[in-house]
Amino acid sequence: MTTTTSSATGTLGRSRADGVRRTFARYPVLGPTAALVLAIIVFSVSTTTFFNIDNFSLIVQQSVVIGTLALGQTLIILTAGIDLANAAIAVFGTLLLTRLTIGGTPSAVAILLGLVACTVVATVSGLLVTRIKLPPFIVTLGMLAVMTAVTNLYSGGTTYPVPDGLLTWLGTSLYLFGRVQFTMGMILAALLFVLMWFVLSKTAWGRHVYAVGNEPEAARLTGIHIDRTLVSVYAVAGVIYGFAAWMALGRTPTADPNAYQTGNLDSITAVVIGGTSLFGGRGGVVGTIIGALIVAILRSGLTQMGIDSNYQNLATGVLVIAAVAFDQATRRRG
Amino acid sequence: MSTQTVQTPGPAASSGAVGDRTPVMTARGLVKRYGHVTAINGCDFDLYPGEVLAVVGDNGAGKSSLIKALTGALTPDAGTVTLDGKPVAFHSPLEARQQGIETVYQTLAVAPALDIASNLFLGREIRREGLLGSLRLLDKKAMRSAARKELNALGIATIQDITQPVETLSGGQRQAVAVARAAMFGSKVVIMDEPTAALGVRETAQVLELIKRISGRGLPVVLISHDMPAVFEVADRIHVHRLGRRAGIVEPKNVSMSDVVSYITGAEEIPGTHDADPDQAAHTSEVAP
Repeated sequence: MTTTTSSATGTLGRSRADGVRRTFARYPVLGPTAALVLAIIVFSVSTTTFFNIDNFSLIVQQSVVIGTLALGQTLIILTAGIDLANAAIAVFGTLLLTRLTIGGTPSAVAILLGLVACTVVATVSGLLVTRIKLPPFIVTLGMLAVMTAVTNLYSGGTTYPVPDGLLTWLGTSLYLFGRVQFTMGMILAALLFVLMWFVLSKTAWGRHVYAVGNEPEAARLTGIHIDRTLVSVYAVAGVIYGFAAWMALGRTPTADPNAYQTGNLDSITAVVIGGTSLFGGRGGVVGTIIGALIVAILRSGLTQMGIDSNYQNLATGVLVIAAVAFDQATRRRG
Repeated sequence: MSTQTVQTPGPAASSGAVGDRTPVMTARGLVKRYGHVTAINGCDFDLYPGEVLAVVGDNGAGKSSLIKALTGALTPDAGTVTLDGKPVAFHSPLEARQQGIETVYQTLAVAPALDIASNLFLGREIRREGLLGSLRLLDKKAMRSAARKELNALGIATIQDITQPVETLSGGQRQAVAVARAAMFGSKVVIMDEPTAALGVRETAQVLELIKRISGRGLPVVLISHDMPAVFEVADRIHVHRLGRRAGIVEPKNVSMSDVVSYITGAEEIPGTHDADPDQAAHTSEVAP
């Protein structure tokens, strides 16, 4: 019904290209899903070790922390923002949780305080973006430096062993059919993804997040409180970073102030490869899961093919640029 | 209930067409100054039920400022605005909207990536009943059927799939979505600020058709436009705006397009402004020295 005018005025070939473009614009998960399937097929054929349930479990375990950081990042990118401080906030969270627990605070209380602290820090970013009208890139670049410094001062630059118990509980495993390994962290990350998918697609708040990122002026004219929506997005992202901190302790039982230094960029990579537009308003958390898995699969597969890690970084970089170029091409202006 | 605070019928009565009906919305003596620039200079305004009132004027005549003053986008320094006979003072477009005044903007105020139903209900989503509603859960089904109903009622048949993103629509269809939204929520007045400026000929015709349908429902429409043929096609009355105030009101059936252009530029005086209404005459003589 939408191609009638274009086929009347343009050539048939053009209208077909237009149709393909629209299909991809409407279902942004299509491209990433195709890439994921392709990567799985290629690595399954080219290596003997890749297609194997233990390897898949490992890939997912490796994606949990970055994937969760990317979940928060997705929310912010949907509003046409970006968060360079997300990993730094989570790393601060890992040290806070660990030091509080070592200092005698009950683990549950420490985790709660960690969630609160991460939320507060991310909310400050949101307030700076909305109240002082600074670009999110600059605000979070500043927050990245601030949180890195705070973490180093707080930790004295040293790592802390994480006491066993609730803090490392997310690292414990379940075996489905006595065979397939699931960690608690994987399950928690999955729950967070489902929850955010639900909230984004089924609630008024979710609609507003998309509208604010897609066309802020239209959102304002329809009476949406843009600033309130933006601050709430940063706050929710902060809660998610807090959970990422807890998951990180489950994955590696050491609180290291120098961990996840490229976590911010890795999370942006996952979001962008997952088809969420850096221009805001398009994409979603399903794409981010796929994006995070693509990156992890690429690394795992290339490693098993015996390819140098520099080439893995190179491949990831090319993929990011390709994904954004693809987004640019499918995005319709005006 | 609506007659108590209504002031003089004003110059509108002189046009004859509206007789002694009660205006839905009026403004008297609006003034807005920015430094030493006077954007609105003692402007009057009357809008009657079910009519299409065109507001025409040169660039910089203050049409937009008048509309902003009526919709709460700016607060006038002086003057009164009434809605249904009651004085109102809007401090934001949101307040005006809550009173049933909807505005359609020239810049298509839709979110292109969201679907049609979401755009129609943007900021005013229908929520589920009961507990799920308190969790701000959307009732997508209800929104889609209401959207479908509204588009059908307005005769927007070209839009078939209510779940398609607005960006897949043509410019005219997008504006139709914005118009449908205004018609759906505007209970008193729909104001359209250059709604066809970004559109082609055929798309303009579609939007004009919508305007007729909305006013046919009894909902008055204020149409700000530079497009004379469009104005003459749909307007019942034409409010000529000049130098920050209403220079006069004419009816398209009594004048030609070139007459109206002369009134806009001040080359010709609007007939009847001198004798029919002393108040208006005073304005005009000040305006055209």
